[in-house]
Amino acid sequence: MAARILAVFLLLFLSAAPLGSSLYEDQVGLMDWHQKYIGKVKHAVFHTQRSGRKRVVVSTEENVIASLDLRHGDIFWRRVLGANDVVDAIDVALGKFVITLSSDGSTIRAWNLPDGLMVWETFIRGSKSSKSLLLSGTNSKVDKDNTILAFGEGCLVAVSSADGEVLWKKDFADASFEVQQIIQSPGRDVVYVLGFVGSSSFDAYQINGKNGEVMHHDTASFAGGFSGNTLLVSDDVLVALDAAMSHLITISFQGGGLSINEKPISNLVGDFAGPVEILALKLGRMFALKANKLITFISISNDGKLDVLEKINSAAAISDALSVSDGRHAVGLVQQVDNKVEFTVKLGNDWNTNLLKETINMDHQRGFVRKVFINNYIRTDRSHGFRALVVMEDHSLLLVQQGEIVWGREDGLASILDVTTSELPVEKDGVSVSKVEQNLFEWLKGHILKLKGTLMLASPEDMVVIQGMRLKSSEKSKMTRDHNGFRKLLIVLTRGGKLFALHTGDGRIIWSRLLESLRKSEACEHPTGLRIYTWQVPHHHAMDENPSVLVVGRCQQNLDAPGILSFVDAYTGSEIKSVGPVHSVLQVIPLPFTDSTEQRLHLLIDAKQRVHLYPRSREALSIFQQERSNIYWYSVEADKSIIRGYAIKRTCVHEDAGDYCFEPRDLWSVVFPGKSEKIVSTVTQKLNEVVHTQAKVMAEQELMYKYISKNLLFVATASPKASHEIGSAIPDESFLVVYLIDTITGRILQRMTHQGCQAPVHAVFSENWVVYHYFNLRAHRYEMSVIEIYDQSRADNKDVLKLVVGKHNLTSPTSSYSRPEVVAKSQSYFFTHSVKAITVTLTAKGITSKQLLIGTISDQVLALDKRYLDPRRSLNPSQAEKEEGVIPLTDSLPIIPQSYVTHALKVEGLRGIVTVPAKLESTTLVFSYGVDIFFTRLAPSRTYDSLTEDFSYALLLITIVALIAAIFVTWVWSERKELQEKWR
Amino acid sequence: MEKLNLLRLLLLGLAVVLVGLRPSTAFQSDELLVEDEEFGLEGSAADIPYARPSAPTPIRRRSSDPDSDSKIQFTLEHAFGDSDFSPAGTFSARLKTWNHGGQTLTKLRFSRNALTEAEKEPFQKLLQGDDFYRIRLPSDVLSPPGRDYIASSVKARCLPRDGLDEHFVIHMEGVKLLAVNYGAPGACPYPRQLKLPSKWAFNSHTVLKSSEQAQRTPIFTEEITVGENGEVGVAPPPERSFWAKYWMYLIPLGLIVMNAITQAMNMPEEQAGAQGQPGGGAAQRAPSSAVRRR
Repeated sequence: MAARILAVFLLLFLSAAPLGSSLYEDQVGLMDWHQKYIGKVKHAVFHTQRSGRKRVVVSTEENVIASLDLRHGDIFWRRVLGANDVVDAIDVALGKFVITLSSDGSTIRAWNLPDGLMVWETFIRGSKSSKSLLLSGTNSKVDKDNTILAFGEGCLVAVSSADGEVLWKKDFADASFEVQQIIQSPGRDVVYVLGFVGSSSFDAYQINGKNGEVMHHDTASFAGGFSGNTLLVSDDVLVALDAAMSHLITISFQGGGLSINEKPISNLVGDFAGPVEILALKLGRMFALKANKLITFISISNDGKLDVLEKINSAAAISDALSVSDGRHAVGLVQQVDNKVEFTVKLGNDWNTNLLKETINMDHQRGFVRKVFINNYIRTDRSHGFRALVVMEDHSLLLVQQGEIVWGREDGLASILDVTTSELPVEKDGVSVSKVEQNLFEWLKGHILKLKGTLMLASPEDMVVIQGMRLKSSEKSKMTRDHNGFRKLLIVLTRGGKLFALHTGDGRIIWSRLLESLRKSEACEHPTGLRIYTWQVPHHHAMDENPSVLVVGRCQQNLDAPGILSFVDAYTGSEIKSVGPVHSVLQVIPLPFTDSTEQRLHLLIDAKQRVHLYPRSREALSIFQQERSNIYWYSVEADKSIIRGYAIKRTCVHEDAGDYCFEPRDLWSVVFPGKSEKIVSTVTQKLNEVVHTQAKVMAEQELMYKYISKNLLFVATASPKASHEIGSAIPDESFLVVYLIDTITGRILQRMTHQGCQAPVHAVFSENWVVYHYFNLRAHRYEMSVIEIYDQSRADNKDVLKLVVGKHNLTSPTSSYSRPEVVAKSQSYFFTHSVKAITVTLTAKGITSKQLLIGTISDQVLALDKRYLDPRRSLNPSQAEKEEGVIPLTDSLPIIPQSYVTHALKVEGLRGIVTVPAKLESTTLVFSYGVDIFFTRLAPSRTYDSLTEDFSYALLLITIVALIAAIFVTWVWSERKELQEKWR
Repeated sequence: MEKLNLLRLLLLGLAVVLVGLRPSTAFQSDELLVEDEEFGLEGSAADIPYARPSAPTPIRRRSSDPDSDSKIQFTLEHAFGDSDFSPAGTFSARLKTWNHGGQTLTKLRFSRNALTEAEKEPFQKLLQGDDFYRIRLPSDVLSPPGRDYIASSVKARCLPRDGLDEHFVIHMEGVKLLAVNYGAPGACPYPRQLKLPSKWAFNSHTVLKSSEQAQRTPIFTEEITVGENGEVGVAPPPERSFWAKYWMYLIPLGLIVMNAITQAMNMPEEQAGAQGQPGGGAAQRAPSSAVRRR
């Protein structure tokens, strides 16, 4: 009996013991997933020297250098360079190094080809910015220590490819000399540097490849002027366009002096209008001209005559020339024909014969072909085969070989612009029983395995099977809504104009669609997506209706460019409706009102601060008119350091859709002293945030009322010098001022100066507090500060007697026009890392305590409890404060390795973290994106409201059954014993 | 019942007194008091003759001599709804030039023009339509209006009490004005009731605010030195009593002991019973078995 009591106590203690908030090793991948991407490919270099492992090295617009497996498209290795370290060129040298030229031609790096380790790095320090060019002389022999010629910042540099040593350097410091091309003639050690001086003069330098001395200098002038777009055709002929874009100029520069010829373009392509472009082919005595929506291939004969070879539709991509055996060149051409793609390889010398012609079926959701890179291989029958790496309009990367798509990568997901979520459909009745019966044996086997696992009887092989089963659990990847709200659709807008719907369970793509309205068209030359909003969430009784999202885009980069609106079905991805190009879109304000079809009212603010109401229906207008007087908004003019507030004045006077357009009236303005303060960051609360309690109970039974207003704006300004990068200002001349501004009245509630601190500022605003991160120049450390604001006007309400008598103002509506009596509490702490993004966890009801999610410089997401950033922390908290959970004051915030949400993974190039509340109060869903994407589920106060997912119901059932059986057995025994005693 | 009513009345009175006191107490806490005369507070109705027909003074300044303090004036302008701005009052302050070259404004005084008959009518319209009463100030007082005006506005219905109560908070940085916050000195609850002022005179309060300095991040030296210096370090937790520490083991132990004792007590009793009365009465045996089964 004593043993039983002890066991009961032991059990009680065990259950009360705190569980670690971090993951166990076998829980990795249970509720999180991670996907690796590289971005839109800019350059590709094939490496096929050792046939064992076929690889291709690519550089992308996300500044990634990666080595991909040609068979499967997997990443062998990948290096992500910084955001302003743009890769200009890549090449392979010595057959073992990948050479990259980056940062506007100022950095040359060599990476080891098999594993991607950096071998050497060389910087070019020139005097001016210029075009950057890389020439690694791949055609010279491998065993020779060949030199790499790089041109950047106005300098020509020869670098040894073995160790990166600069062999010689020639500075073309003359400001007006713009270098266009560098050519190394094969066999001879002569380098030609060609460029323009001014707009009408052409210069050619011959340079000794051994020591960098100028051997010869030629110059020639051309009256018509050059337009700056040049390309090399052969070793001795250059082609350029004149300034008026009407003539083609050929310059032959070898064989004594320069000779310039010109020919009208209309002679070659017929009448044309619009821009003309020369496409680089690097092909023997041949080039392509893009004009009139046609690509014209033109060859140059030895005496400078131009002949038209072929004209093709411009919806095609042309690869660079590839040298095939014995000096012949091949060029790849990919054309779009209806839903198919034609891949042709032609010989440069003999244009009319096709080396290869294949037709490939292509999903038209990938759009047009943007780029193609070809590579040849020897087929089993010893003939030449070709494969092509194709970059599509939606930034996806495909490998095409033998008329098939061998693999494809959805690299559009590396450039996510915005994320929203959508609920999945409700589960319909009538789940077939047969499906369960079919798997009954499997189910039993699974449970027996699990039981073995829990009883620690399983062998290592069994453990592997169990882990696999847990990861693949069909429950989490179902296409229906679940009770806890963990299963959702993540709808993601990418820079390529494609929408993806990802399942939160396993990250698979449910649908993807290239939005027709975000594609280039006559009316809209350079469309870009901006934001994505939830448009319509039908009531869950309306089973046949699907939710929809609103995608907002813009035609050009500038702010006053016309906007595009697109409405997309969230379940199928089909575009329901698109509007545009319409008025410009600066801001989108989702209103808390919906019409009878559950469409949310949205206000779109244009560049003139006019308001446009969507949806454009009478009903929406009537709803809006009722609330019209309560609509306020603000604009931040960061370049002028002015923040203005507006309200609605009247309907637009001169606008087509007059009824749905409203003109603004200026209400307030805050003018920061432009010479001393510059706006560096503005942050507001999230619209969907729920605050559970307005009061905070302090130690000693005191009550503080949080000042909760959705209309607060956090603004950080810095002295102009302190808004640049760290190190450019001294502490005395840099300061940071933070403001809390009410956006209805423009009232400054709090204003605070941090001396000796500087930008970048990252901030997060939630409930009644704001946390921001900046650099302290005096302490040489990053800091995080917190401001909490409390409402004093309600402070009198803690008198119980008053509450009983009914003299309190708790139920009266608050108004921004009342003079607020707020108290702000603030505290600063040191923080080790610099920060890329910062956000806070959101839960359904706001009861669960909050965690800050910090995207660190190492591309990981750190969860930091908000309690560490409490302004009430003191050195010696009283007993009451300790009980309340106030942590003793420390000067820096702790970084606990176990609290990395991303555990061992990295979200390369982290740009944003999005939190979405699940239905289960304790849990929040976290999606972080950058070049990679990562999703997980977090429970900041642990899952206090549910059992863990791996809870074994079977074990519980078995235990209950066993206990009942034991009760019966003991009952029978005791009966029998009693009977025996009676007979005694 | 009578007593309760009395109590309620008393409480009400207390509450009224408290409410009446509140603005002034909060008012004090708001201000940055660099000098005693940092803010000028005018308009307690008694000492300001509101009927003073002071025409809008043109802005003039005498800041030619940078070493001495100089007087400076700037105009408050107002607008009714969407009307144009017109002068409504004058702020005057002393421009103080510090040795290190910085300039600050001190001793702010404000003289408000009374509403003219022509202005009363649009103001009444504002009150009826629950519209905005807007004001603005130059953002640079030395060369008005600076880059732009700083503006603020309030729903006109917030202002009337006995007279027209207004409250300015001017945020400044050196001689630059950042923002002006304008509104009623007290609360303005949301369903704004239409109420016409009994006296068409402004009752103005003005506060000049500059930025607060953020608290420095506390820098601690290592834990050990703190401990040496004094009791600031982590004090060892007070020794708890034996019972407080080990109660969870002691209770089950006690139970076991008790159990053992009762069993031991039962044993001789039972033996004695068995010896004494072999035939046995059921009345005696039943409790003993019950004990054993427990």
